[in-house]
Amino acid sequence: MHRVPSRGAALEFVLETLKQEGVSDAPGSQAVWVGDPGLHPLAARVPGLSFDVTRERAAAAKIGITEADCAIAATGTLLGDSTPVAQRLASTLPAIHIALVALDSLRENLAEALAKFDPRRARYLAAITGPSRTADIERVLTIGVHGPVRLIIVFYGREEASA
Amino acid sequence: MKAEFRESIQQALANETLAGALGKFSEAYRVSRARAYEGIDFEALRAQIAERKGFAAAHLEELAERFRQSAEALGAKVFRTSEPAEVKDYILRVAREQGAQRIVKSKSMASEEIHLNPFLQQAGIEVTETDLGEWIIQLAGQRPSHMVLPAIHMTREEVAELFSKEVHERLGSDIPRLVKVAREELRAKFLNADIGISGANIAVAETGSLVLLTNEGNGRLVTTLPPTHIAIVGIEKLVERFADILPIVEALPRSATGQLLTSYLSIITGPAENTDGSAKDLHIILMDNRRTEMAADPVFREALQCIRCASCLNVCPVYRAVGGHVFGKVYTGGIGTILTAWFDELQKSDEIQSLCIQCGACRDYCPGNIDIPELILEIRRRLATEQGLKPVERAVFPIINNRRVFHGLLRAASLAQKPFESGGLIRHLPLFLSGLTEGRALPAIAEEPFRDRFRRIRQPQCADKAAIFAGCLIDFAYPEIGEAMVKVLNAAGVEAVFPEEQTCCGAPARYSGAYESAAESAIANIRALETEGVRWVVTACPTCTVALLKEFEASLAATGRQEHLEAARQLAARVIDFSTLAFHLEQEGRLKLKSEDGPGAITYHDSCHQKRTLHATEEPRALLRKAGYELTEMFESDVCCGMGGSYSLKMPEVSASLLRRKLAHLRDTGAEEVGLDCPGCLMQIRGGLAQQGDGPRVKHTAERLAERLAGDQDATAGTTGKPRG
Repeated sequence: MHRVPSRGAALEFVLETLKQEGVSDAPGSQAVWVGDPGLHPLAARVPGLSFDVTRERAAAAKIGITEADCAIAATGTLLGDSTPVAQRLASTLPAIHIALVALDSLRENLAEALAKFDPRRARYLAAITGPSRTADIERVLTIGVHGPVRLIIVFYGREEASA
Repeated sequence: MKAEFRESIQQALANETLAGALGKFSEAYRVSRARAYEGIDFEALRAQIAERKGFAAAHLEELAERFRQSAEALGAKVFRTSEPAEVKDYILRVAREQGAQRIVKSKSMASEEIHLNPFLQQAGIEVTETDLGEWIIQLAGQRPSHMVLPAIHMTREEVAELFSKEVHERLGSDIPRLVKVAREELRAKFLNADIGISGANIAVAETGSLVLLTNEGNGRLVTTLPPTHIAIVGIEKLVERFADILPIVEALPRSATGQLLTSYLSIITGPAENTDGSAKDLHIILMDNRRTEMAADPVFREALQCIRCASCLNVCPVYRAVGGHVFGKVYTGGIGTILTAWFDELQKSDEIQSLCIQCGACRDYCPGNIDIPELILEIRRRLATEQGLKPVERAVFPIINNRRVFHGLLRAASLAQKPFESGGLIRHLPLFLSGLTEGRALPAIAEEPFRDRFRRIRQPQCADKAAIFAGCLIDFAYPEIGEAMVKVLNAAGVEAVFPEEQTCCGAPARYSGAYESAAESAIANIRALETEGVRWVVTACPTCTVALLKEFEASLAATGRQEHLEAARQLAARVIDFSTLAFHLEQEGRLKLKSEDGPGAITYHDSCHQKRTLHATEEPRALLRKAGYELTEMFESDVCCGMGGSYSLKMPEVSASLLRRKLAHLRDTGAEEVGLDCPGCLMQIRGGLAQQGDGPRVKHTAERLAERLAGDQDATAGTTGKPRG
């Protein structure tokens, strides 16, 4: 988990991480980012980064980047509307998942966080708590079965936004 | 019991891998679960779950219909059926319509219940389980031995062997490497699958939502990558409102794996977007398979409050010893026994229900607040009604109900046992009876029972009188415990009386499902104990206490003997266990114990009924401290010693296995003395120690207090007033 002062700093953090992780055009080294069109020019700065999150690209990518709608303090959980399939692809298929979340979206518990959504509109509500894990072989905790091996959460902004 | 079943028990008990895995898991589970529930009021939480699930069980039809409307309004297709065969046909039809060749599944007990995989495979469709444990089980051609950890009985070497065959490569037994292999193999399956099949942990009628909790992420992939998603949902998963998911989501991960929350929680409400931009072809099958019938049963409705966390397996001392391949069918352990009796058939639960030792541990942990032991007893009762009692029980219970014959036999046995007896214990019995002395020595039947000895103890005349209910073990095997009770009561100024007509409390019959016989015992004892002027009916056997306090009324009610209920209640109002009474007498200053020159370290074993039904385990500890003992707690002091009354006769191997653990834990404390409040546990533990040779001394709290009465008291000290009545 990382904490940065602003959204701009969060984006910088992501770009820096992509560099460190050696994201490139090579197969298995790419990254997919679910982000608004304003971010898309960033793709030009990082070879191997794409904002067009397809099933194939996500499956081949090393890193997936998404933005979570809110975070839950009690359990260290990210919660978001994952109805758009890109959200699920980018947060499940790559080995590393980077999630950006605004600090002022932090809620105390699941009840408060869920209250932000109407399940009839948010058809696929997804809560993520840590990386994918299993203990199915001899109860030994092992990270990264079907989902990401690593989950990097980047909090940005301040608590209790003035708005 | 079939020889086959007995053999499977023996094999499981001899399987060291299994014992190691389950033993370590159950120990770690208790710790992580407790940590996960820190700061949470578990009783309040499970009351809330029981209320919400109970409401749903009482309104299944209504909620199922409402769910259908909610989900269909959003574009899902909902299919309701009571027949497992129709579930399978429906899925096959969908597969045929799509021309589907490959199906990936995330964990679904409902699909196990209807044996879906072999059916689809026979139809030529490739079905792959994607939960790692389920995949291992599928490759091994086995069935899950645990509802949450399906492959808990397997070693990493066995898994490596299976995976090696699957990927045609020699794999080592490094677990992260094995998991990586699974990830790669299954990733390809996910990407190529035509249909994803899942279960659901919760289904919300109000919104048509499905809630899935997984750790591996396979649930997300199964519901995201294939264009078609079929969810098989047992209708007991329905809840009324969206908000009802909160208490269940709070409890399920904590109770299942000791997690605050699983890695993934997905709430799917109608078809979401497919990877090609189309809407998901979403089918939801609401499966009944006798759940409605169960909901209509006044006793078993409660079982629908289950959230499938498997904590009843994790805390079960018998499950820990034999595992889910012996203790269960598709569903395993305590709740599995009940679900098997319903979803499969009553007869199929016959053998597995006999494994329950009635220790009650699962009841304390169940987040659905289900009285699992009581429901298993009800299965036993219905089996006994349907197919009759086992031959031995058929012969024995009428004898127990005839006190004169029963007591006459016990007196005769005291003479007949002579050739096998040594030092008050029977170590070996000949031939087929030898199972009874497996792992422990049996007590010799006393030459003179307590009822005869009591006549010689001169009683002081006191204002307070207590009627002693001895119970068979104290009366005929351990009369010295009875004498100690009398001594302590007298020292505290309480006169003891012994109603001669008292007989077996009926617990052995009740725990065998023979409620008629148990009710007869209740009536005989209620009559015997209707003694005038008696303030308390005191017993030093927690099983007898529970019988007098609760089960007389229950057995009478269950067998339609309404006319005796009031008398049973009046008796119950006077019943108290020995240590609780002694504790009160000590608090009131009437019972004075010698605390100086203490006898040293003692470790205390919590008997199941004393702890979990009477909730009276602090009282004996406090008394022992007052009597000068230094208490050293043993590990798992409240886990069953394996006695379980007649259980130890029916399941001697399981009983001996539980006993071995108990003996190891009490020896580990280094204490020279073992305290307890149950003559059954005393028989088991003392017998076990005797067979192992040297060991600490085991005595009932009554005996220990009798030895530590303050010197200024004699047998009549504290006597006040005159006898009444």
